[in-house]
Amino acid sequence: MMRILKHRLTWPIAALLVLVLINTLSRASFLQVTTLNGEFHGSLIDILRNSAMLMLVALGMTVVIATRGIDLSVGAIMAVSGAVALTFIESSPTPGDLSTVAIGIVLGTLVALVLGAWNGFLVAVLGIQPIIATLVLMLAGRGIALLITSGKITTINSPPYRFMAQGYVFGLPFAFYVSIAAVVIIVLLERRTALGVLTEAVGINPVASRLAGVRSRGIIWGAYIASGALAGIAGILYSSNIMAADANNAGLFIELDAILAVVLGGTSLAGGKFSLAGTVIGVFTIQTLKTTITFIGVPPAITPVFMAVVVMIVVLVQSRRLRSGVARLVRSVRPTPPARPDLEVTP
Amino acid sequence: MNGNDEVPVVEVERATKRFGSEFALDGVNFRLFPGEVHSLMGENGAGKSTLIKGITGALHLDSGSVRVDGREVHFATPADAQQAGIRAVYQEIDLLPNLTVAENILLGDEPRRFGGIDWRALRARAAEILAELGLNIDPASQLSAHPLAIQQLVAIARAISSDVRVLVLDEPTSSLDLDEVAELFRVIRELKDRGVAILFISHFLDQVYEICDRITVLRNGMLVGEYLTTELLRIDLVHKMLGRDAEELATRPPVGDHADHATPLLEARGLSAGRVSDITLVLGEGEVLGLAGLLGSGRTEVARALTGIDTLTAGMIVLDGTTIIPGNPRRAIGLGLTYSSENRRAEGIIGELTVRENIVLALQAQRGVLRRIGLSRQRELAASWIEALSIRPASAEQLAGVLSGGNQQKVLLARLLALSPRVLVLDEPTRGIDIGAKVEVQRLVRELAENGMSVVFISAELEEVLRVSARVTLLRDGRVIATHDADALTVDSLLALIAQPDVD
Amino acid sequence: MIGILSNVVSGILTKVSGFFGRRSAWIPVFAALGILVVMMVGAQVRFGNFLTPRLVSSLLLDNAYLMILAVGMTFVILTGGIDLSVGSVLAFTGILGARMLVEGAPVAVVIPVMIVGGSLVGLLIGVLVQFFDVQPFIASLAGLFLARGLAFVVSLSSIPVVEPSIVWLQSTRFSFGGWYITPTGIIAILVVVAAALVLGYTRFGRTIYAIGGSEQSARLMGLPVMRTRLLAYVVSGTCAGLAGVVFAASVGAYPLNGVGTELDTIAAVVIGGTLLSGGSGFVVGSMIGVLVYGTIKGIISFLGAESSWARITVGALLLTFVVVQRAIVARSTRRR
Repeated sequence: MMRILKHRLTWPIAALLVLVLINTLSRASFLQVTTLNGEFHGSLIDILRNSAMLMLVALGMTVVIATRGIDLSVGAIMAVSGAVALTFIESSPTPGDLSTVAIGIVLGTLVALVLGAWNGFLVAVLGIQPIIATLVLMLAGRGIALLITSGKITTINSPPYRFMAQGYVFGLPFAFYVSIAAVVIIVLLERRTALGVLTEAVGINPVASRLAGVRSRGIIWGAYIASGALAGIAGILYSSNIMAADANNAGLFIELDAILAVVLGGTSLAGGKFSLAGTVIGVFTIQTLKTTITFIGVPPAITPVFMAVVVMIVVLVQSRRLRSGVARLVRSVRPTPPARPDLEVTP
Repeated sequence: MNGNDEVPVVEVERATKRFGSEFALDGVNFRLFPGEVHSLMGENGAGKSTLIKGITGALHLDSGSVRVDGREVHFATPADAQQAGIRAVYQEIDLLPNLTVAENILLGDEPRRFGGIDWRALRARAAEILAELGLNIDPASQLSAHPLAIQQLVAIARAISSDVRVLVLDEPTSSLDLDEVAELFRVIRELKDRGVAILFISHFLDQVYEICDRITVLRNGMLVGEYLTTELLRIDLVHKMLGRDAEELATRPPVGDHADHATPLLEARGLSAGRVSDITLVLGEGEVLGLAGLLGSGRTEVARALTGIDTLTAGMIVLDGTTIIPGNPRRAIGLGLTYSSENRRAEGIIGELTVRENIVLALQAQRGVLRRIGLSRQRELAASWIEALSIRPASAEQLAGVLSGGNQQKVLLARLLALSPRVLVLDEPTRGIDIGAKVEVQRLVRELAENGMSVVFISAELEEVLRVSARVTLLRDGRVIATHDADALTVDSLLALIAQPDVD
Repeated sequence: MIGILSNVVSGILTKVSGFFGRRSAWIPVFAALGILVVMMVGAQVRFGNFLTPRLVSSLLLDNAYLMILAVGMTFVILTGGIDLSVGSVLAFTGILGARMLVEGAPVAVVIPVMIVGGSLVGLLIGVLVQFFDVQPFIASLAGLFLARGLAFVVSLSSIPVVEPSIVWLQSTRFSFGGWYITPTGIIAILVVVAAALVLGYTRFGRTIYAIGGSEQSARLMGLPVMRTRLLAYVVSGTCAGLAGVVFAASVGAYPLNGVGTELDTIAAVVIGGTLLSGGSGFVVGSMIGVLVYGTIKGIISFLGAESSWARITVGALLLTFVVVQRAIVARSTRRR
């Protein structure tokens, strides 16, 4: 157990701690939490709130990646769900009603779930490569969202809807509770049932899993449905935050952040073994990094350079080639485990 | 012919290679003469592949020397070895299915014109080389359009396209049928007459004795000896390969009498699926039914059709008196029909899961996602099967991917047995595992049958089929040709039945 | 008479089927061509004034940059990889060039620098993929972030490109009849031709296919796998740099140029019949894919429909192609 912990989560946690440390050292206010009207405020609270969207999307992405897949359409699905919810609420006579808002949210999430099911159908039933299958919706999704909002940015005025992203419960942002609920539900689903290990089996060896009687089709399909639904809720949060359905910018590039969070958390993009805890840490790391960058005074537009550097550091740390190179350096000090003969191809 | 006064084209001295602390090769000497066919024999893990890789430059020896024509060489890459005229054709064909036959033969040494590839000359030269081998294949056709056997011959064509002095054939016949093997042997003899030295690796003793002039035997990374084929009896060869009393293997344990009168448990009536058609067979309660036939005869297809992996196009399956439609592996398992694939790594083991997870996988899948088997129960199950099948190393938390072939096979068996199935269909369960594990698996199958399990046993090795099974159903070209009691058959008579031409 | 005719027909049919038997990889390219023709003819019948020389000429003009990107992407996809960075690289090299021109650098320096800038990003991705076993998807994602961020480092706002020799690339029209072609169009066509020759007639090109077919085999055959794969990404980066020049010539430089272009490029390449799993496809197909893409955009604007329909249609078309490809692959594997 200790070994697994060491392998999988040491690096992600270390990265997060380093970031927090840098922040704390550079500004004392970073760890500071103040109360205002019974609500907590401060950088940490901001990170908790702002990471909610990414958390939802990254959880779904983790499960999809575990099945050897990838879901590029999450951003587009966010745009669609926001558009559906807001268009419904806007067209309703009572946009401020809790029931209207609830129906809007359920509608938006349902549509997102259907889009996820569509992705799952393409991948699990038709057997199309995940990158391409979800690329289709990534291309078409924003177009669909634009059609739903008739090409404009739909805005609404609805306090209950605003509460989703901006409200507080027991002093903490409501959005944070949403993301925590999602984490708990997904963890229970994956680890308290056999879904997790069966998903890993399918991700590692789909053929063998089928022969062992695993419903791989259903598991893969379910992963995309989950990813779609979670992205849908994220889309609701996004539109609630700006109180508008912006088909062009909702969830833009979030698929990349989500994939990055998953990889940061130690889950291999090749599928199979996955770590939800790692993803949660990955999400917080990315969010902290973004906060840090903004704080340093770098224009937000240049954030991608930092993301690129992070991606490269992460992949290099995970790179087997680099690790074996380091191992070679250490070899003189201590004996190494037996090398795999099939990897002994001279470069 | 190949007197010892000649200079060997390849001579290896004291070759040593270690992987970690284990010796893959330990001071092995080896020589290969021009114009001979030389067989390298040994169990899995004897060091054959390592030695070949050392000769072909695919691997660095830790110590020892390789001499070609008496001069010491150091091949850093396979390309260096190829420069020296040493070429290898491996079991998994290392060609490019998406390119043309001509490119597959000549790419890397393609004729050029104006700085680019001269396609016309490329096809012409490829056609010449194919013609030399007596093959009539369109050089411009895409390689993937051809069956495996042709692809193998194309691989040989590639190997001889340049000035080849040494040709290594690693298990070239394992996916070929009899005609194709004959064709391959014709090509080998032709090359031999040209003075090419051929290193031939095969598990099939018949083939070794048919084509080889000399045999080098390895065991546990060490040289046992070098012999002329004519001077080495088969039983001695087996003895030398195994290093233990071959008698232990040769004795044929009796088949339980009850099998003859067994009540039918599983019946296939007029089954058709893919390449097999009109398959009718009966499996009794507590019986081991062998399926024998050449590769491509439909053994695997029958097994897969019985266990719901491939869909039936016609016919029906009767289990215990009721007609069933397995439909998919999941439903088949639910009915008690289980299948262990011939392709252990690709279709069996989940390498990055632990032995425990692998063992409980099918059972868990059967129970459904929501009814998770508790961790302690999983551990219990795994521990009991590890003990019952003596899986080594005896750790449930070991990743299954790192186990040896034989132990992976046992893990697979455990996965199926944990389901307490009614029928076990084992497709080549002993392929590619060492002799010791082989014997264990065979013994296990018999024990299971004695305890009432019905088993369909498939193996390419006829001797093994006869030893394990009570009855043998023979397949040829996707059809059942006969079913006999195993007692009434010998390897030779079985071979005769299989090889018999169709009489219509 | 009829007998002779049917003989001729069956003769042609055997020829055709023989051709496809040998070269099954071309089938999707012809399918894409068929779709292009059907769409063009259909649009002509519907609108009456679609297939005008002016419009068809502008198809090449408007999509020259995409064609250049698609050529580079084809190299990468043929090796079984993917390059998500091309849109950002296009923006980065564009804004870099524009800034250099503003600062007074001579155009003879600027254009090579733009192209080499693209190559360097490609090289970086290639190194990550080849030497550190990073998945192409992730490595090029890093390239995407990097180039986009660098574009903003160069300038946070758009810079107009007024350098005459660059504007000349786009504004000069060599006319004949109602047809015309711009230097950018010529560049695009030259790139396609050069790439087709390289892929078809050089060892580098064949090695690209070989890697896509089976990297292991290619290596055992003694082909220079390492160098070739690295170069494939460099080619893609270089094409993106060149596309940056072409794009800047037509619409100027803005750090947010080409967002999502990588998707358009991949879609065009796939529609043009290149298998994403690698090893099968042609740059000519990618060119046709780009033209299909351009025609769809043209039709949408003719219909006066929401421009969002263009993306939806491309998505649908991509889906159709992928499903058909999938069916073909499934059938051929089942046959074996």
